[in-house]
Amino acid sequence: MKGFRLIWRKSVNMVMLTLTGVAAFAVVSVLFLILGYLVYYGGRSLNWNFFTQLPKPVGETGGGMANAIVGSAKLLFLAAVIGLPIGLLGGVYLAEFGGKTFGFVVRYTTDLLNGVPSIIMGIFAYSLVVVPMRHFSTLAGGVALGIMTIPISLRSTEEFLRAVPVSLREGAMALGSNRWKTIATVVLPAARGGIITGMLLALARVAGETAPLLFTAFGNQFWSPGWNQPISSLPVVIYTYAISPYDDWHRQAWAAGLVLLGLVFVTNIVVRTFLMRGTSYERS
Amino acid sequence: MSSNASMAKRAPSSWSVRAYLRRLATGDVVAHMVTLIFAASIVLIATLLVFQLWNNSAASRQQFGWGFWTTQTWDPVFEHFGALPFIYGTLVTSVLALIIAVPLGLAAAIFLAELSPRVISDKVAFLIDLLAAVPSVIYGLLGIFVVVPLMRTTIGPALKDAFGFLPLFSGPNYGVGFLTAGIILSIMVVPFIISVSREILLTVPREQREAALALGATRWESTWKVVIPWARTGITGSIFLALARALGETMAVTMVIGNDPKIRDSLFAPGYTIAAVIANEFTEATGKLYLSALIELGLVLFLLTFILNGMARLLILATETDRGRAS
Amino acid sequence: MDAPFPLLSNSISSGTAVGKSRAEGQTGSGLDTKSMPLRMKVSQLNFYYGKVRALHDVSLDVATNRVTALIGPSGCGKSTLLRTLNRMHETIRHTRMEGEITLDGVNILTLDVTKLRRMVGMVFQKPNPFPKSVYDNVAYGLRINGYSGRLDDAVEKSLRRAALWDEVKDQLRKSAYALSGGQQQRLCIARALAVDPEVLLLDEPCSALDPVNTAKIEELLFELKPTCTLVIVTHNMQQAARVSDSTAFILNGELIETSPTGMMFTTPSDPRTEAYITGRFG
Repeated sequence: MKGFRLIWRKSVNMVMLTLTGVAAFAVVSVLFLILGYLVYYGGRSLNWNFFTQLPKPVGETGGGMANAIVGSAKLLFLAAVIGLPIGLLGGVYLAEFGGKTFGFVVRYTTDLLNGVPSIIMGIFAYSLVVVPMRHFSTLAGGVALGIMTIPISLRSTEEFLRAVPVSLREGAMALGSNRWKTIATVVLPAARGGIITGMLLALARVAGETAPLLFTAFGNQFWSPGWNQPISSLPVVIYTYAISPYDDWHRQAWAAGLVLLGLVFVTNIVVRTFLMRGTSYERS
Repeated sequence: MSSNASMAKRAPSSWSVRAYLRRLATGDVVAHMVTLIFAASIVLIATLLVFQLWNNSAASRQQFGWGFWTTQTWDPVFEHFGALPFIYGTLVTSVLALIIAVPLGLAAAIFLAELSPRVISDKVAFLIDLLAAVPSVIYGLLGIFVVVPLMRTTIGPALKDAFGFLPLFSGPNYGVGFLTAGIILSIMVVPFIISVSREILLTVPREQREAALALGATRWESTWKVVIPWARTGITGSIFLALARALGETMAVTMVIGNDPKIRDSLFAPGYTIAAVIANEFTEATGKLYLSALIELGLVLFLLTFILNGMARLLILATETDRGRAS
Repeated sequence: MDAPFPLLSNSISSGTAVGKSRAEGQTGSGLDTKSMPLRMKVSQLNFYYGKVRALHDVSLDVATNRVTALIGPSGCGKSTLLRTLNRMHETIRHTRMEGEITLDGVNILTLDVTKLRRMVGMVFQKPNPFPKSVYDNVAYGLRINGYSGRLDDAVEKSLRRAALWDEVKDQLRKSAYALSGGQQQRLCIARALAVDPEVLLLDEPCSALDPVNTAKIEELLFELKPTCTLVIVTHNMQQAARVSDSTAFILNGELIETSPTGMMFTTPSDPRTEAYITGRFG
């Protein structure tokens, strides 16, 4: 009997351990499946037209997504301008000046913002910007996305600032530098790799967001000059085209999906591999 | 150098106003204030967010009161709004997602933390991070064109053959519905379970595993009976995080769930979630009450994710302090 | 002047014979520090970390253009004392200082602290160059304090004073981290010298370095003396004997004894000093 029990335990062991390997393999293969499908279906539709043409009316082929690409770029730019300074300076505050209670409040609130579903951010930006302006706009979309970049950029700014050794700060102060000069000329440059990483990752994350744009930036068939008009964006166009009944639009949705995912992945890979690897000060 | 010395002799007196102005001029006070203002703006934004949600849902809250949560009808024409179908849909899809993702994610995390060599584990963890970075709409794209047809032609019929007698798998199968949404959601939340669980498992002290193995336990037994219980709190935290994520997912769900505000017992039936209905109907909402009802739904979603995230953070924090106490 | 590394040969031969200090040969016969003008003077200094008193009624004279060494066992307060001289203790919270410290007769608390730190420079135990080029490290203090002259000349002058110029003159734009440990420490000295301080404080500057680099830096200190007042904290008694003109022995936050170095190591007045010097504790 004892012998049987041992055999049973050993077989359970073998089966379970194999299953865990299978699970890991399955999850990783999903990644490659996604990439595979996008490359296959999307790659076929990528052409010059895609990048340079405006959308054509339904039924006509040859349309493109130039306005969506530019639109996403404009929205990201606005998001960076609105959200990144808050993340950066807020992170500086928490790492360098922060008091115990207020620092806790800020950190807690930042985590709270991070957990808010993106569609709720859309509602927020809607009531903040769209309602007073009475129309959809690039600005509203930029606000929604900008707020979403704050938690990520703030957390990495604070973390990397804290990691700069005290000896560097003391060295600067012993030379007659005061606090803000030390921060600006020694501490921030030393932490610059990690801070930029956080900012880029934050932007890559909001670049793919669709929900907050649905009723802020809304969408646009044409170019959107200035910041006051509704604007097209890659994620929203993918959504709109994918749920439509038109094959040509489906084709374009695949291509746009490939472009979007490509951008997100390239940013993530480049940033994580190169920028985060070395720190620019010597760690003892 | 002598001029420096004489300068020192002529040091200014330390009147308080002058001293303050001097400190101000050095810029430290200004820097403190400027960064403080930016940090405070975050608190302001969050407060404003909650305020707006509360305020703009007032009309609906006043009109429907607590009945909002128990009403099944969602009728924009006659302005009868009830949240029950959406809460049902949100919960069903999220729970379904967890049923699939938790075993899968935990198993993968165990493999990465316990079994695979560190180098492979790190590389795979990197790939999992990439998976977490895939935008929701891309999952939706694959959902519509790959998973839905698959459900309709392969998975659905297979399940019906095996379990068709259950009400859970009854009814027509068009490919969209709760089950499809649940499956896609599970893939979306699995990376979070894996990465958090893996990190937590990696912090379990070697001595724990070794003690079990030294007693003659198999590898699996030491993992399942010793390591996992040790990391139990943190893993639960990761599950809460995943749940919070699943509740708020919008695009992928709305593209595959069928968008029908009804409560049905079959998993093949189309349904609706809170996030999906907001996404679909917000711009079409005519009338203040309609919009207010949608925003009230948003308020609910916000509160749910807020509570879940809070609990998750507490649990993950608890593992860290537990570790500190134990060691 | 003498052999290239007179200190090196001294340190090799001195061994346990601490009496064979430089003080005998270099600083002449029985130089009385009291008759020299004082650069800095510490009077009745009490220092607190929170509620804990780290320094008890310390009074110390720092003579101009001389090297004053602070010795004592670990944790006795010598680094704490050193850091009050340029008010570096103010970068740490919950510290309190009572008593008076003067620079050329002026209470340092009445001086603008950034000005004070330009006049009283500091070199730390572990080399801490900034993540910048060699050039930018040396130029940092100058730029911060608004130097209006030619940076290139000032940088070269500092690097020469720190005996580093010849080794780095072709690598000024390279990262400071490309230098060896000893070079980095000399870079930190050059950086501190760039703003032309009256006093230079050194907190165990050689403790992280090997004997060859230690000897180079000790030689450097000797050459700096005519133009700079030096205060050095060291746990290495032989180094104090080699390098300094007067020595102060600190124990448990109290200044036990201070004398010209020759006298301190041959005929200490206090029994505790003698116990420390002869190695009965430490």
